[in-house]
Amino acid sequence: MSNYIEKNLDHDGVDRRGFLKCMAWAGTGTLCVLQGGVLKSFALSDVLQQKIGNMKGDLSFVQISDSHIGFNKDANPDVTATLREAIAKVNALPTPPSFVLHTGDLTQLSKPEEFDTLAESLKSLKTDHIFYVPGEHDVLNDNGQMFHERFGQGTQGDGWYSFDQNGAHFIGLVNVLNLKAGGLGSLGSDQLEWIEKDVSRLKSSTPIVVFAHIPLWAVYPQWGWGTDDSEQALSYLKRFGSVTVLNGHIHQTMQKIEGNITFHTACSTAFPQPQPGKADSPGPMKVPAEKLRDLLGITDVNFVRGKHTLGITDSSLA
Amino acid sequence: MKTQKAMWILGMTVIVATGFVLMVGTLRSQAADPGDKPPDAIEVKIDNFSFGTMTLKVAPGTTVTWTNNDDVPHTVVSEDKTTFRSKALDTGEKFSYTFTKPGTYPYFCSVHPKMTAEVVVQ
Repeated sequence: MSNYIEKNLDHDGVDRRGFLKCMAWAGTGTLCVLQGGVLKSFALSDVLQQKIGNMKGDLSFVQISDSHIGFNKDANPDVTATLREAIAKVNALPTPPSFVLHTGDLTQLSKPEEFDTLAESLKSLKTDHIFYVPGEHDVLNDNGQMFHERFGQGTQGDGWYSFDQNGAHFIGLVNVLNLKAGGLGSLGSDQLEWIEKDVSRLKSSTPIVVFAHIPLWAVYPQWGWGTDDSEQALSYLKRFGSVTVLNGHIHQTMQKIEGNITFHTACSTAFPQPQPGKADSPGPMKVPAEKLRDLLGITDVNFVRGKHTLGITDSSLA
Repeated sequence: MKTQKAMWILGMTVIVATGFVLMVGTLRSQAADPGDKPPDAIEVKIDNFSFGTMTLKVAPGTTVTWTNNDDVPHTVVSEDKTTFRSKALDTGEKFSYTFTKPGTYPYFCSVHPKMTAEVVVQ
């Protein structure tokens, strides 16, 4: 199997078939980098040993998700330990991330001591800044007040915000509040209005990265894996040449490309969940102890200014 | 003596008869009978992201107690979010609500809103 995949089946510059092949390798620690629509793949071990020099883009950041501090059942009796392993993995990356995104479910039960342990563990992350969005487990009894006080300083409304870095525009969204019976994740009209306004001043060539806990596409609605009003939010981003949506919640990596939008979900650092429809319910999935770390992981994102899409790499804790 | 024996037999008969009446009375109240009073406490077990019984029919005045047997937290919240609302229930924790007024009470888990069920009070 050659290291270069050069089939370009569409005229939009995105190599879909090659990308899907690449995703199948991702679980074993393969780095796939999209540069101008052509996929290149490298063994992650080669990257870590710095055998490949041209991975460094203008910006690199890391996404971690679903640490569920406080969970202690069979699927993983020590989620703090696996979080620390994920942190060590991030710290071992050849290019230190400019910042880290935590896409929610920091805790299991929104308890103060769980938030404390999470904050304490993340102190050893070698990065300048950590950005957070809440998961449904972080807003359990107080409509997210404690989360907001600790991790939502300077945000708008119920906790949404945006920032710019190296020419890219990052948008953190909250889709786990005010959920309705029988519904999915929800952004709400205030937040949608804010998104429309927030991006209105940007040039269409600005790369956009959106991050939120629950997937902003219909991964598996029967299990609540989707957001009721995400279509409207994405409609405000249609004109942009490069949009990347990073989510958590489902505890496995999944990818979808729709026009200029790349959707990607991250692994949990705590416990895996079953693939859509492969179990009765989406709860914590117990696997043999030696397999657990294959199914937990981090996501490394590299952005090269002027390129069409971000390079997204998932690596497990194994 | 004859009188003592007679008195003893009479006393025992009274005791046995009373016991019999009491026993029959208890059995009658326990027997399935349209005129009987239904249980005023019902248990619902939450497991596998499900409330178990989709439609639970109870009489006015019944207290329903939900127990979370799942390994993730769930809540029990009326659809209008005001009639009843539990805190987040960890594994093993319970929530009770007494339904006094007849009607249909749809409810859901506010953490996993696809989990829905209803209590019908009549």
